[in-house]
Amino acid sequence: MTATEYEVIIGLEVHAQLLTRSKMFCGCPTAFGGAPNSQTCPVCQGMPGVLPVINRRAIEFGIRTALALDCTINAGCRFARKHYYYPDMPKNFQISQYEEPLAVEGWLSVEVNGTARRVGIQRLHLEEDVGKLIHEGTLETARASLVDFNRSGVPLMEIVSKPDVRSAEEAAAYLRALRAILIYLGVCDGNMEEGSFRCDANISLRPKGSTEYGVKVEIKNMNSFKNVQRALEFEAQRQAKALAAGERIVQETRLWEADKDYTLSMRSKEYAHDYRYFPEPDLVPLRVEQRWVDRLRTTLPELPGERRQRFVARYGLPAYDADLLTQSRALADYYEAVVREYAKPKVVSNWVMSELLRELPGDDEAAIARCPVPPLNLARLLALIDNGTISGKIAKDVFEKMYRSGEDAEAIVKREGLRQLADVDVLGSVVDQVLGANAGAVADWRKGKKQSLGFLVGQVMKATQGKANPALVNQLLLERLSKGS
Amino acid sequence: MPRMTGLTIPEVAARYRSGAATPTQVVEAYLRRIEALDPKLRAYVTVTRESALARAEAANRRLKAGTPAGPLDGIPLAIKDVICTKGVRTTCSSKILETFVPPYDASVITRLTAAGVVMLGKTNMDEFAMGSSTENSAFFPTRNPWDLTRVPGGSSGGSAAAVAADLAAGGLGSDTGGSIRQPAAFCGTVGLKPTYGRVSRYGLVAFASSLDQIGPFARDVRGAAMLLQAIAGHDPLDSTSTDVPVPDYEAALGQSVEGRRVGIPNEYFIEGMDPEVEQAVWVAIEVLKGLGARIEKVSLPHTDYALAAYYLIAPAEASSNLARYDGVKYGYRAPGNKDLIQMYGRTRAEGFGAEVKRRIMLGTYALSAGYYEAYYGKAQRVRTLVRRDFQQAFERVDLLACPTAPTVAFKLAEKEDPLQMYLCDIFTIPVNLAGLPGLSLPCGFTQGGLPIGLQLIGKPFDESTLLSAAYAYERATPWHRRVPELA
Repeated sequence: MTATEYEVIIGLEVHAQLLTRSKMFCGCPTAFGGAPNSQTCPVCQGMPGVLPVINRRAIEFGIRTALALDCTINAGCRFARKHYYYPDMPKNFQISQYEEPLAVEGWLSVEVNGTARRVGIQRLHLEEDVGKLIHEGTLETARASLVDFNRSGVPLMEIVSKPDVRSAEEAAAYLRALRAILIYLGVCDGNMEEGSFRCDANISLRPKGSTEYGVKVEIKNMNSFKNVQRALEFEAQRQAKALAAGERIVQETRLWEADKDYTLSMRSKEYAHDYRYFPEPDLVPLRVEQRWVDRLRTTLPELPGERRQRFVARYGLPAYDADLLTQSRALADYYEAVVREYAKPKVVSNWVMSELLRELPGDDEAAIARCPVPPLNLARLLALIDNGTISGKIAKDVFEKMYRSGEDAEAIVKREGLRQLADVDVLGSVVDQVLGANAGAVADWRKGKKQSLGFLVGQVMKATQGKANPALVNQLLLERLSKGS
Repeated sequence: MPRMTGLTIPEVAARYRSGAATPTQVVEAYLRRIEALDPKLRAYVTVTRESALARAEAANRRLKAGTPAGPLDGIPLAIKDVICTKGVRTTCSSKILETFVPPYDASVITRLTAAGVVMLGKTNMDEFAMGSSTENSAFFPTRNPWDLTRVPGGSSGGSAAAVAADLAAGGLGSDTGGSIRQPAAFCGTVGLKPTYGRVSRYGLVAFASSLDQIGPFARDVRGAAMLLQAIAGHDPLDSTSTDVPVPDYEAALGQSVEGRRVGIPNEYFIEGMDPEVEQAVWVAIEVLKGLGARIEKVSLPHTDYALAAYYLIAPAEASSNLARYDGVKYGYRAPGNKDLIQMYGRTRAEGFGAEVKRRIMLGTYALSAGYYEAYYGKAQRVRTLVRRDFQQAFERVDLLACPTAPTVAFKLAEKEDPLQMYLCDIFTIPVNLAGLPGLSLPCGFTQGGLPIGLQLIGKPFDESTLLSAAYAYERATPWHRRVPELA
């Protein structure tokens, strides 16, 4: 008997916190980290008698995202109330969208192993976030639990994919691509650890060739791309084993336990809430006029996919480099600013990917904005290598110093005397000393052990504290070694 | 000593202007009246004596300096306890909000405060505005000033009784299915429910969001017009308030009824209604005819279904609006719970009264998966038909005239069956479903001396026509000058 081969079916639900200054339905600030309940008002505390007012900018962020995902934007959309009781939700209903979302039917191109596939977007809608519970100790033992409503009412955008994703790897790629788009649009900071970009997944298996969907399981609590991939890989295997053993998959929600590397059943959908959705009577249906959409379309930036292609075509970069450099708009802008001053795109790419990203705390706008090495300074540093002022190795040290002090390359080279030794006479005498002191290595070279040249170059570099021009050292060594043979 | 009470709003304002009385004198006189008579009526839940005197004092100074805040400066009002008042307990006559002190003012309160109005206190009501007799108050029932054994109507029974008994010069109520007009009729005052969207609902504790509207009570039509003027208009804090220009309502009072087409809806004269009510309304229609109005019969064929649709839509919205009262943040919390679910269950079981719980259950059921279309969905379609009935009628007529309620004020504890109580509102509910303005004013008294209300219904945002017709009728009849005797 041959084992049944299964196809993995994944759908992804992303909640992105929008970068509006004020909340979805009131004027309170959305800034992260204020003292508990310092960023609240009667509206986001759900006081009796309050009414919501739609944040126009949040709608615009939604429309811009919908355009970037090639969605159909509904001319009329409506908010709805979703009911369930929980103390972090002050009204015991959440204002969300249900039957009439802002946008539907889009798609996103996702690349895995050099092959691009389209993942459909089912819907995009806006809603309000809930507050946060703070327990004294653990939930089970706490004598008191407190509620912080600072996050209550912060605008969220929910983007639901179609069940088009076929592997855990593809799921991670989809999320990376979506996150990059949101960051490019400036609508979300994409921070997964702080929870401003959250993802839940629905996953089911079906025998290869089947067209019907199997029973799906919802996975929550995956707060990084790596966790998404690991959780879905685990869950696909768990379901495959269960099915192979003739078990039935239960429709349920499972939590990813990152430390333990498994998913754990949280609640069965058999106890599913009846959310009793109905149209929010405190808000009138929202008319999204075509003129508004057209105007917002003109504000769309070049999106990551387009930019990646352009980087390959225009700068001749490998796909890997182009992909990495275009993950954030700020990083791609930085890269291009360096290339404008120093026209060797691949060299710049290497420096940005290895030296710069090693130092930067992230690739987002804030991190780039605070980068102590502006693009022009990096370009000038690279020019110093080209004109022979310093070696590539010294340049890496200089870069580290530039990053720490914010000084430019010339100043550091000058102050620390790092200018490359390229004087044939001075360097010649160092080479002679090295040859004299390492007769063994010289003999080895002469016996045909050519790698001992590398050792001798190293000794010269060491004697000159790395300042010697490596090409010249090479040339001088070879001249002398050949002469003496 | 000149008269300080027993005056209409325009009369009080005229005395302030002429210097015949000061706000402090008038407010003190009202506070004395409340102290003496309210123990019998129980119209007030909270009397705001100190702040009333302080505001009266401030109004004195403005009037004396010749810089009044407006025509209502210093006018003492009674405010229904469903409208949020900053720093003043707002209970909705419910145990669950008995201790709730709002940190903010409703938009109507902000406007009235800017206009110089003096709030005397917060008035009793059916709990969360659910009821037609004010007997559903968690605290105590309010009595009808014309007969203390009878109800004042509801849910705004406290404001209606306070205005009728002259325990305030005017007042505010809220009307979801007749809660201003029916108590106005039962107490013999003028009560106006404006067009949905005419007055901001921000700070009105929600019962049914798509039906609720705040409106004025006064002892004459001009007083009601002045109050509406002060509270009407678009509010950026209420997305359902409409940006339609607010006309000069007092100026509109001068419009003649001559040639106005007044429709009489067949469906509002039904079997089983009090013959004295029917008689008085027909006589009132004759009066309007005598003033030059053209009387036409009209039909509102879906009237029969309005009550059923209302009792799905209003409870559905209420079940959602009242979900926030859970013991977590404010108001009542049942003590000694072992877990969250028990806290929710006991807080709500103990905090809400029977009628409120009945409606929460009705509404929860109507919104449940599998029943939503059959109940809530269908009720919304009926609502559209009811609205269309009115639209078609208003193609032929300028306003409608009919009874406000099928009966006059009934005895306390007379209606124990909730359905009998719901039937009190059959003539007012369709107006809320259609979002139209409706006004009730006194059009006579029964042999037993109980007031009868005439309801006028207008086109959307055409409160002017309602007020002008009501004003013409009032000038031609003596009813508004009758006052209840409260020894």
